[in-house]
Amino acid sequence: MPQIFKPSADTWLRTFAAVAALGLIAAALFGAGVARSDWVTRAGWPVEQPVPFSHKHHVGDLGLDCRYCHSDVEEGRYAGLPSSHVCITCHSQLWTGAEVLEPVRASFAENRPIAWKRVAALPEYVYFDHHIHVARGVPCVECHGRIDEMPLTWRAKPLQMRFCIDCHRDPAPRLRPVNQVTRMDWTGWASDPANRGFGERAMRRFHIQPAKLTDCNVCHR
Amino acid sequence: MRPWLVLLLLPALAGCDEMSRQPRDDVYRASPLFADGAAMQAPPPGAVARDAPAWDAALAERPPMTPALLARGRERYRIFCQPCHDASGSGHGIIPARGFPQPPDFNSERLRQASSQTFVDVIGHGHGVMFAYGDRVPPGDRWAIAAYIRALQLSQHAPAADLAAGDRARLEAPHGR
Ligand code: HEC
Ligand code: HEC
Ligand code: HEC
Ligand code: HEC
Ligand code: HEC
Ligand code: HEC
Repeated sequence: MPQIFKPSADTWLRTFAAVAALGLIAAALFGAGVARSDWVTRAGWPVEQPVPFSHKHHVGDLGLDCRYCHSDVEEGRYAGLPSSHVCITCHSQLWTGAEVLEPVRASFAENRPIAWKRVAALPEYVYFDHHIHVARGVPCVECHGRIDEMPLTWRAKPLQMRFCIDCHRDPAPRLRPVNQVTRMDWTGWASDPANRGFGERAMRRFHIQPAKLTDCNVCHR
Repeated sequence: MRPWLVLLLLPALAGCDEMSRQPRDDVYRASPLFADGAAMQAPPPGAVARDAPAWDAALAERPPMTPALLARGRERYRIFCQPCHDASGSGHGIIPARGFPQPPDFNSERLRQASSQTFVDVIGHGHGVMFAYGDRVPPGDRWAIAAYIRALQLSQHAPAADLAAGDRARLEAPHGR
């Protein structure tokens, strides 16, 4: 009976097995990397909107408070997007001829909402509530980043489950005075001796129990 | 193994359901159910809100002046009025500086004589080129803002004789103290 395999076949088999194993590991690492990448989470990607609305202009330069436009954020689950009536309170007199504002004027005149593209939406199997976070002093900037520096809005944080859980395990260092939740710039706040222990005091005052905040049914109901 | 046992695997297909988008209408979402394509619908004309009596009652009566009311008023004033009327009520806010018509000074004789009710009404219904803020400022907050405007007016017109002795001394001391 003739030989089927040459003496080199063994080497070939071993090489092939080694390459396949390495390939599998590489694919797994690549997959995990992609799942956490900005490309999947959309973090840092500006979203084209029907009107090029700029938070940098309206919040950063004009100093408007978030609640002027997102007025439901303190009471409700949703922060809400402003109706075109809110834009028109100023743009009835300002930039009245501007081409970019035409969709806003049309929306106001025809009583038809502007179809803003969502930036920070979660999958619908997750329950989120603004009111509880704002009432406990979690500032907007923790989850939405420096909105006041965005000419077009983008998602600042990945908003994946690990992001939520990281804070729910230990919220204390990220709590701030409730009456300043819309403040954007907190540089120097944590290192100021006057604020030492603030987070721990807030945890006690609001009876926040991190052990319960990581239960699955807090966010998946 | 019997071939029909494969059928037991069928329920596993349920795992293929995409749950990120669920067949329900959330607020602010588009919805094919309604003619205008929005999930949130305005109540039909003539509808009366269940809390309408409480709302009207809160509008009709001025709440007692308290530090808490003033603090609330200051917060709401800064959110909704300061961009135009300025922190001091002078009317020189940042929006008029960008070309919006100039609002009147809250410290003018006419507005100092105006009743708190006037301010509450202007917030609810607007005035001239100023749009109404009734959709974002509920009755309790309207009274709170009116109270704070009173405090702003007083801050520019308080007679020095009304100050406590310590404050009076600081006021009269030479600058730099
Ligand atoms: C002048 C009105 C106005 C003000 C003030 C304002 N916003 Fe917005 N905001 C909008 C509009 C309009 C959109 C929708 C268009 C867009 O996404 O840029 C929006 C979108 C957003 C979004 C993205 C929502 C999503 O998921 O699509 C976030 C987050 C947000 N704003 C946060 C803030 C924060 C935080 C502040 C205060 C620092 C603020 N906004 C102040 C008008 C405003
Ligand atoms: C409190 C007043 C105010 C409100 C409310 C307001 N704007 Fe503006 N907006 C301004 C001013 C003032 C400017 C001009 C900025 C400048 O001169 O630097 C402006 C400029 C703009 C511009 C063009 C300039 C630019 O590059 O940003 C757009 C587009 C715009 N606004 C959209 C909106 C939309 C959409 C809304 C409603 C969600 C809105 N604005 C609500 C005051 C306002
Ligand atoms: C703990 C994190 C967190 C904080 C703090 C937070 N947000 Fe959000 N915000 C979210 C998430 C998550 C969503 C998406 C919700 C969804 O899709 O159901 C969102 C959505 C929004 C939207 C889009 C409209 C809506 O209601 O879904 C706006 C506007 C917004 N946030 C503004 C604000 C403002 C203003 C503040 C501060 C007063 C704030 N947020 C504080 C996490 C946060
Ligand atoms: C920066 C900190 C922080 C981040 C980030 C954060 N949370 Fe929270 N969350 C809190 C705090 C503090 C509370 C209040 C707990 C309490 O009062 O018992 C809370 C409460 C909640 C509650 C209400 C719990 C209840 O018992 O009703 C839900 C739901 C929730 N968070 C969901 C989320 C989701 C979903 C995300 C991610 C998109 C998120 N949170 C991100 C700090 C955070
Ligand atoms: C603080 C809020 C929070 C808690 C607590 C939480 N989750 Fe999640 N979970 C989320 C968010 C937000 C997402 C959406 C992630 C995304 O969009 O990538 C998610 C997604 C998931 C997914 C889908 C993952 C995917 O990539 O498709 C599973 C499965 C899940 N969670 C299971 C759990 C289990 C099991 C627990 C309890 C041990 C739990 N979660 C507790 C917030 C939470
Ligand atoms: C977008 C800019 C703007 C904002 C924001 C604004 N106002 Fe005005 N307000 C005006 C202008 C302009 C006038 C003058 C209107 C006229 O005479 O046509 C005015 C007039 C008034 C008057 C005087 C009415 C009279 O009898 O002369 C009162 C009172 C007033 N505003 C209260 C408020 C209060 C309270 C708020 C906050 C809830 C507020 N305004 C927010 C621009 C604004």
